[in-house]
Amino acid sequence: MVKHILTRNARVDALAAAIGGHFAEPGYELIDAFDELTLVAPAERLLDVASTLRDHADFRFEQLIDLCGVDYAAYGQSEWETEEASFTGFGRGVDRDLKVAVEDPRRFAVVVHLLSLAHNRRLRVRVHVGASQPMVDSLIPVWAAANWFEREAFDLYGILFRGHPDLRRILTDYGFVGHPFRKDFPLSGQVEMRYDPEQGRVVYEPVSIEPRVLVPRVIREDSRYLGTGKGTETTDA
Amino acid sequence: MPEIRNYTLNFGPQHPSAHGVLRLVLEMDGEVIERADPHIGLLHRGTEKLAEYKPYNQSIGYMDRLDYVSMMCNEHGYVRSIEKLLGVEAPERAQYIRTMFDEITRILNHLMWLGAHALDIGAMSVFLYCFREREDLLDCYEAVSGARMHATYYRPGGVHRDLPDRMPRYEGSSKWHSERSIAKRNQARDGSLLDFIEDFTDRFPGHVDEYETLLTDNRIWKQRTVDIGVVTPERARQLGFTGPMLRGSGIEWDLRKKQPYAAYHRVDFDIPVGVNGDCYDRYLVRMEEMRQSNRIIRQCVQWLRTNPGPVSIEDHKVVPPKRETMKGDMEALIHHFKLFTEGYCPPPGEVYAAVEAPKGEFGCYIVSDGANKPYRLKVRAPGFPHLAALDEMSRGHMLADVVSIIGTLDVVFGEIDR
Repeated sequence: MVKHILTRNARVDALAAAIGGHFAEPGYELIDAFDELTLVAPAERLLDVASTLRDHADFRFEQLIDLCGVDYAAYGQSEWETEEASFTGFGRGVDRDLKVAVEDPRRFAVVVHLLSLAHNRRLRVRVHVGASQPMVDSLIPVWAAANWFEREAFDLYGILFRGHPDLRRILTDYGFVGHPFRKDFPLSGQVEMRYDPEQGRVVYEPVSIEPRVLVPRVIREDSRYLGTGKGTETTDA
Repeated sequence: MPEIRNYTLNFGPQHPSAHGVLRLVLEMDGEVIERADPHIGLLHRGTEKLAEYKPYNQSIGYMDRLDYVSMMCNEHGYVRSIEKLLGVEAPERAQYIRTMFDEITRILNHLMWLGAHALDIGAMSVFLYCFREREDLLDCYEAVSGARMHATYYRPGGVHRDLPDRMPRYEGSSKWHSERSIAKRNQARDGSLLDFIEDFTDRFPGHVDEYETLLTDNRIWKQRTVDIGVVTPERARQLGFTGPMLRGSGIEWDLRKKQPYAAYHRVDFDIPVGVNGDCYDRYLVRMEEMRQSNRIIRQCVQWLRTNPGPVSIEDHKVVPPKRETMKGDMEALIHHFKLFTEGYCPPPGEVYAAVEAPKGEFGCYIVSDGANKPYRLKVRAPGFPHLAALDEMSRGHMLADVVSIIGTLDVVFGEIDR
């Protein structure tokens, strides 16, 4: 019924070629996986990249679909070393203290999802920023939709956006301390709150919940559970 | 002469037209809005953080609770991104079931929107009519998954189970319901779920006509919605609008047509597009979408009647084996045990998959590092950029128009606050 569905090659490869032509300098990297393209760009070039992607006839990404932060500080770490499980027992093998790379110079990433209505294509742009002072240029001059998404990334990860007109917290409570989606922020949080009848107001106290792991985080190196491991071809099982 | 000052007005979070927990700080000049500042996050539960601490399948239930009036569409977005990561594809019958339930969900969502929007503007009876039809559709949810709202029915690799052969029936007479009235209510429930849905699709276009009789040419309705909250196509693109909000501004864009998924490329339907980009056009777009959804559901019912088959893949690394086989087969038991204690480990990488949810583009961005839990899950909720545009849309309008604009945005705080 729909005749104009482009095959994987026509849609992704044309875009990959265009990106290769425009962003060939060192510092740029194009990842082609799962039928999706990811352009990794240097953080200081983000605004230029964005305006090229929006305005150039090869790209015409008129819409910013999504912008979010990612914290790569615990990437690739598992809580449960399966080789040692036979020595220490099944449940005791859980290692709760992940070695979070707090000072990593490429710790945070700002990931932008773009959509071109004209060409019917999608692109993901990722820039990495350091842990000490994570700051990138605000994308509001290019896409107005970035406003709240950037506020969210600031709220949850503490990533600063240079030139944002109103960088307030958005999702967390008024007066919230910390950035809750960072990997060194515990799931149960830092403080809990209750009404104190003596003081006649709500008071904040350190949390009393013991953190626990129900299902340990496991990374299986063997391919039994992975299929092909590439993900680009579909396996019909 | 008295001094006239600007003042700020706190709208919500408990105002009935705030659609949940929106706190809106309005800067007013007399009765004219100078600036609208929505304060959100009152329903923030940290869904994305919670998902980082759970195996993939355990977060499907959280998706229902995001946009809690279009439950299965959210599941679809999440399940589709997992499938993309794993490189599996659901069987054809599952794709049709998903298409059908996505459209049932779309009608559910639009009925809720229509009822609430009309109620905000002052039309009481539309709300009651809409909930009458929602009841039947929620019964479909219940028949197929056991839950009326939070279904957790879609799974990576298919759907949880096949459509049931019979519909639950109303039972027993009481002092409120006579034998005759119960027999009447059970009329459509004699056959299978598909019979029930088909009966619904026969009735539903007439019901849409009823709503339209109440509203479309209603003078008050038009006075409250025509030329209110106008968004030009350029601004709609800039502001990240998707779904009916984008189409209301005259841009022909629907993921079901442009980037088809499930069985949408096999069914016939039309995409309504607005002209002026005001609240009234968006109303017309959504009304027509309900009729088109009805059309899609009918085609899916026809196909599902004639094409039996598996509803999920047989790869037991992803989908649990049948309970009967588990009782006798050692390998099935091991698969079951591994799947429920550990889950599956998809390959490392990042994917984004989106569906055309009733409110717009609902997408899930998953970063995997090869573990049995997502490293990062980002839910792209359609309502988030829509609400962000409230300030721009309501500037220069009167206070009462803010209510119309909130209604036309179709916001649900489950997905906006996450």
